Amino acid sequence: MTGTKESFADLIAAEDVLLFVNAAVTATGQREFHSRADHQRLSLSFLHEYVRVNYRSIYAAVLALDINDHNAVRIIVELLCTADEADPEQKRTEGRLIAARLAALPPQRVYRAFHALRSAKVNNRRTRAIQRDWLAARADLAHDAVKYRSALKTVARHTHNPLDGELGAFLFRPGKSTRYSDPRLDAYRRARYEQDAIYELPFTIAEGFAAKHGVPRARFLERIAPRMTRLERLRTQSTTGDTTGTTTDLTVMPLTRLALFVLSLPRAERHLRRAELTAALRASALRAAGPYAGSWGRVSAVLDDSYSSYGSGVKRRRPLAVALGAHFLLEALAGSYGAHWTSGGRDPLMVRPWGPSPLGSRVLDALEDSPERLVIVSDGFDNAPPGLAGEVLRVWRTRLDPERRTSIVHLNPVYDAEGFDVRRLAPSVPTAGIRDAEDLAALVEIAQFTEGRTGLPELLAYLDRRTERFLTAQKADRKADRKALQQHRQRTDQQSNQPGDQQGDQSSSRKADQGKGGR
Amino acid sequence: MNKLDLSGVSAMPSQVWGGIRLVPLVREAPVAGLRLHHEIYRHALGAVDVGPRTRYLSYIPHGFIADWSGDGGQSAAYGTQLAGSAPTGTDCVPIRLHHGLAKRRRQKGVTEKRLRFLPLHLALEGYLALHFGGPSVIWDEWSQAAVRQGMSPRAEAAYAGWQVPGLGQALRIFELHPRQCGVLVYTADALAAAFVVPHPDDYRALHPSLIEDLYGELVHQYAFYGGPVPAFDARIGGERHIRSLADLRAAARAQERSWTENHDALMANRLLNPSYHFERVYRMGEFGLWRFLPSFGRGEPEQHIGEAICDHKGRVAYLKTFRLSEAQIRRGHLLNGLYDHDWQLNRTAQALGIDRGQLVGRIHDAGFSSLLKHGVERAGRR
Repeated sequence: MTGTKESFADLIAAEDVLLFVNAAVTATGQREFHSRADHQRLSLSFLHEYVRVNYRSIYAAVLALDINDHNAVRIIVELLCTADEADPEQKRTEGRLIAARLAALPPQRVYRAFHALRSAKVNNRRTRAIQRDWLAARADLAHDAVKYRSALKTVARHTHNPLDGELGAFLFRPGKSTRYSDPRLDAYRRARYEQDAIYELPFTIAEGFAAKHGVPRARFLERIAPRMTRLERLRTQSTTGDTTGTTTDLTVMPLTRLALFVLSLPRAERHLRRAELTAALRASALRAAGPYAGSWGRVSAVLDDSYSSYGSGVKRRRPLAVALGAHFLLEALAGSYGAHWTSGGRDPLMVRPWGPSPLGSRVLDALEDSPERLVIVSDGFDNAPPGLAGEVLRVWRTRLDPERRTSIVHLNPVYDAEGFDVRRLAPSVPTAGIRDAEDLAALVEIAQFTEGRTGLPELLAYLDRRTERFLTAQKADRKADRKALQQHRQRTDQQSNQPGDQQGDQSSSRKADQGKGGR
Repeated sequence: MNKLDLSGVSAMPSQVWGGIRLVPLVREAPVAGLRLHHEIYRHALGAVDVGPRTRYLSYIPHGFIADWSGDGGQSAAYGTQLAGSAPTGTDCVPIRLHHGLAKRRRQKGVTEKRLRFLPLHLALEGYLALHFGGPSVIWDEWSQAAVRQGMSPRAEAAYAGWQVPGLGQALRIFELHPRQCGVLVYTADALAAAFVVPHPDDYRALHPSLIEDLYGELVHQYAFYGGPVPAFDARIGGERHIRSLADLRAAARAQERSWTENHDALMANRLLNPSYHFERVYRMGEFGLWRFLPSFGRGEPEQHIGEAICDHKGRVAYLKTFRLSEAQIRRGHLLNGLYDHDWQLNRTAQALGIDRGQLVGRIHDAGFSSLLKHGVERAGRR
């Protein structure tokens, strides 16, 4: 009697956790194709609070998974805001997880988290220590002081950190000093009256000064190019009409970013640059596949390029980009591979979000190849006719493939605010949320839990494993970072001219890549 | 011609959002020789952008009718034009200028090109102008105003699409089918409007215009009070007989087919089956522009007015309908009854199976009080 009761509770707990993991991977509180931003935010807030109150240690452990930055920040802030609900043991683990996650987050996200802590008036010794440690590990605070001036100032003030020396003077007593020994701080001071100085500043800051000095946009972009981060360069590339692609090396970009960039190009241009873009996508996919390349056997994919894969104005073509990224990644992972786009198109480079989602017939087409693995990347809105994909998958499982020769998994890039989860196609098919195509392999692992055949203990063990791996990977990373930091400081003493943020942003994405490779 | 012939057009699986169901209509092949153009409204002076080799037929649905079934059935469609080549422009510009500006003020004026496309205008005028001339025989009961001015002013209320709850969102997230040439709009599973165009490209261009269309009071109420409707998920039954992938595919195909058949028989039946009173407004080549009115029979809960362009075989190339509310059907029924019996109250009452007093009451309730002289009511009640 009690046994069944317990297992029932376990089942619910496992379901709740998976639900939350899916939400934390996909939801960003932004507008989606089917629901408004406020619905998304409301739904997500509820989930956060629900999981935090009921399964606090799991809530913290989710930080070790590949969840998106929005939810990572949110979890960190909520954990710190409600530290009194945790016991000492939990606090210790949480502290390690938070520190490790903060180190992996891009700086602007971290500053936003700190700002949220300040708004929530959380200012205890532990929180201050966490913020202080993060600041201490920053490679180049002078760069932060220029680029994230007000954010850094807020943190310093909130954590009672006087920021000795020039930095303190720069932030809190501006205009007093006639010159700074740090070249960035000094460039910021000089940029007010000297046009040349603005090209020593980070791009976003320089933009404001360029406008102040009335520098023509084209000339400004040309001269500031070495100071831009990779994404900034890509973004301005299209506005300046520079299509030669000389400024950026596409092959080093992460897969989903690259897919988004490809989809942002007009179809004519995609056609012209076909060889270059395809090669870049393949290279990126191979890197993401890492040691698993070619190890998946026969793989079929059903990829959703229906109109709903447009996403929304704020997440433009995100679901489609995930599908495109998944296409190239699966191609790299598989021994033999067949793709089935819902539109029936054959050319992945030319996809566009258009038309209905006849997932049912596409799944049938994909099963025709008798694959070992079938991967479906779709938002789960199956409408031509509705529910057919679920029926096909159900009958396939129960009648045609009861011994599970084909493993089927559904990856969904869109959080469904009403269902508090990603939409599923069929109960018999494991479903997981996906944010970046690169995470596909790890998510397939998680998705197996949603089938309901593995229980809570296995899930918890899996989370523990991931936590350990995450923490050790981060520790190794931090050791490497510290070394790099020392070298950097030595170098900056001699000549400090490095665009630090570019380095910072890239190092965090590199870290994420390394973490995945280790799995 | 008394029926809508939608052959060549088939229904695809519906897409549901809340209480709104949109059923895409797909053509096997686009109608040759006819296109609906919406760029024609780009210039206020009516310069129709049709190239010398482009055989577009452009249709400007500005039906404006001064007098219809009154004296000698004079009807005119000012500003309505169906042209095979570039029209001269001058014969429609004055009306259009005047008209377009008036309409633009009334609607929100944001997407001006589409706003000026007033597709239901013709059909609505047809309904409003029903027996517009007033009593044809001057019986004692009819007022001087009724005899001189007829039904003028005659007004009906309707809701714009963006006022119908959920319709905007449903149209926004709707996923167009590749050969889609039309759509049926249902609110709370009651057919609210049908829209068919000759070519898929036209449909793609005009799909957003559905939000600017007019919808009857009933549609608005159904959308407002109605709950979510089921999506009619596919169900594959008889799994015992499925032994191979081919069987499964056949079962899936059967699901797709069954929806189309069931839809036409169950859901669109009331639109397609009743006979309509068709009136040809304009004729051009093998196409004709028609507007149609329903029978206004009592006991038929669902009645549509609309306009259509049909080819010489009567197949529909363009269709737009407006669903009448109960009160509107009653008004049509009443006016038809009066007209059929030469506007004689006693005979009409007899034909409707009520007494004279009740008929007078109905005329008042329908908002036609001004047609009757003072005192008629009392006489009726006596």
